[in-house]
Amino acid sequence: MSTAELLGKREYKYGFVTDIESDVIPRGLTEDTIRLISAKKSEPEWMLEFRLKAFRHWLTMTEPKHWPNLKYPDIDYQDIIYYSAPKQKPVKASLDEVDPELLRTFEKLGIPLQEQKQLAGVAVDAVFDSVSVATTYKEKLKKHGVIFCSFTEAIREYPDLVKKYLGSVVPTNDNFFAALNSAVFSDGSFVFIPKGVRCPMELSTYFRINNQDSGQFERTLIVAEEASHVSYLEGCTAPKFDRNQLHAAVVELIALDDAQIKYSTVQNWYAGDEEGRGGIYNFVTKRGKCQGRNSKISWTQVETGSAITWKYPSCILAGDNSIGEFYSVALTNHAQQADTGTKMIHLGKNTRSTIISKGIAAGKSNNSYRGLVKVMPKAENARNYTQCDSMLIGSQSGANTFPYIEVMNNSSSVEHEASTSKISEEQLFYLQQRGISQEDAVSLIINGFCKDVFLQLPMEFAVEATRLLGLKLEGSVG
Amino acid sequence: MLEIRNLHAGIDGNEILKGINLTVRKGEVHAIMGPNGSGKSTLAKVLAGHPQYEVTAGEVLYEGKNLLEMAPDERAREGVFMAFQYPIEVPGVSNAQFLRLAYNEQRKHRGEEELDPLEFKDLLKERAKVVEMDASFMSRSVNEGFSGGEKKRNEILQMAVLEPKLAVLDETDSGLDIDALRVVAGGVNQLLTPENAVILVTHYQRLLNYIVPDYVHVLAGGRIAREGGKELALELEEKGYDWITSLDASKTGAGAPAN
Repeated sequence: MSTAELLGKREYKYGFVTDIESDVIPRGLTEDTIRLISAKKSEPEWMLEFRLKAFRHWLTMTEPKHWPNLKYPDIDYQDIIYYSAPKQKPVKASLDEVDPELLRTFEKLGIPLQEQKQLAGVAVDAVFDSVSVATTYKEKLKKHGVIFCSFTEAIREYPDLVKKYLGSVVPTNDNFFAALNSAVFSDGSFVFIPKGVRCPMELSTYFRINNQDSGQFERTLIVAEEASHVSYLEGCTAPKFDRNQLHAAVVELIALDDAQIKYSTVQNWYAGDEEGRGGIYNFVTKRGKCQGRNSKISWTQVETGSAITWKYPSCILAGDNSIGEFYSVALTNHAQQADTGTKMIHLGKNTRSTIISKGIAAGKSNNSYRGLVKVMPKAENARNYTQCDSMLIGSQSGANTFPYIEVMNNSSSVEHEASTSKISEEQLFYLQQRGISQEDAVSLIINGFCKDVFLQLPMEFAVEATRLLGLKLEGSVG
Repeated sequence: MLEIRNLHAGIDGNEILKGINLTVRKGEVHAIMGPNGSGKSTLAKVLAGHPQYEVTAGEVLYEGKNLLEMAPDERAREGVFMAFQYPIEVPGVSNAQFLRLAYNEQRKHRGEEELDPLEFKDLLKERAKVVEMDASFMSRSVNEGFSGGEKKRNEILQMAVLEPKLAVLDETDSGLDIDALRVVAGGVNQLLTPENAVILVTHYQRLLNYIVPDYVHVLAGGRIAREGGKELALELEEKGYDWITSLDASKTGAGAPAN
């Protein structure tokens, strides 16, 4: 059996649907839809205004269909359900009051939420379709001054913080999908680490799409005050449906003086079938602002799912001596398409950025790296190092690199290295000749290729990512 | 242990091996010599199961089993090892990690418990002495940035770890300076036991000064043109391959099994 055939036989083990009664609003998107979402969440007036402003701007914008190296049919934005929430008690005294069906779902996904079973060392916010259904270790974190809660709760409990930072990194009119998200976002996670605090555990959000006709539009906002430190992880999965579903999220990170934020993603949305039927359109805007001196924001992503991935986690290096990092593994197979990369905008003096991107394309998939390194006039001694490696598996896949470099300060230095390779028959034969099966050999080669990125992941995530790539690629070499 | 009968094989429709017959018993060292293009390396690759080579006729029995029906990794787990003429680089995978995976595959195959990284480290340290390799090689990526000599030593290290029953060394001496040749050959000699066998594929007689063969087979035009003891290699050295090719051209001894 060829590697491509073997690969095709791999089941997506997160493809199940949870049977649960949901509160669903009608399809379509008008100002009334937005008022309805806002009302359902009992939001204050300023939040509704934020949404309406974004929506009105969105109406004037066009979808970015031309510059990304992606092909897909037009999305009918009136045919999407913008709010779908499992029905359950509005206020829960404890996590054990969460609908057992939801608890079972997350347990099946490897994320037990009940107190006695919770993952040690990792606090989880569980988002199901449009709402956060549970957040673990909330109270324990509060003792350290760390706020970790759903976005809905943050708007209710910490309106001043949300007002201050929401939209400060990704403005409502930033781009088509960010504007759409700003108008209709239904929940997400909020993190606040006060001055001088090193967050005592990893924080994470697990996103699950369940409803076949709904999109998911969530926001994440992380604020790290002076000299604080946080590591945040996100994971995502969805059932197998024949229709494409839209996931348009916005993530904003703010790091003040000497603060550090490490943001890691393992994205495993349903990718569609071999012919490209179904799967998630993952159109996400992620951006961090190193606002303070000596601050650092580090993005690590392992993108393995989604029919289409369009995302460019970026850093605005405003504070002097601030550091931005982007480590990425993007794997596409079958008919998947990815156009992903980063933007590093150097504003402050002595700012540094590192970009390590590993793209793996198998089957008939198309995998593009797109990255911008921009050094503004005042960014004295700014430095960037970029390394983009692509690996092709089989003969029908494609890989591209689109680096954009704009330098407006002569004292800066920008380096770019790129390579393209193939898993060769010789490499496989060599490993097989030592008794390693073809599947394990492919895994070994791919994991070696991605090593520089995996080293950046928190340990549990690194193990998961290694396993995931192995599963996704089993048998993809002919 | 190994019985090759009337083996015909080739690549992309070109027949390279045109009826090879060879018997290898436990404890024996066989040298396969021959000019460039005579099919020496093809024979090695066919035995290891290289996917590009196609067997068109004949059979190969290994310990009574049909070797040609087995996948390359299966053959390896059954104890067939090939030292590559051009060892392959595997970036990002450490030598130790690769060797442990390969070693444990064999243990699993024999129904034995796998070794954990620490246990394996001890074993590796011991085996590395065979080819005088120091610990820094173990944490480096497989063959990446290795010199030609280091790559060949690494092949013999793998042989030392995996302890094959049948080792096929494909031009392991090519590109080695005299010191490296001595280390590599010394390694192979240490690994010889009455229970295993080695097939040395080589262009030059030089290697046979260090690893003394029981039999020498000279290939020409895809057939065994001449067979004998270790003295045949010396004769070849003296007379050159032209001597054999002229024999082949006149069809003397070619094609027919010599024993």
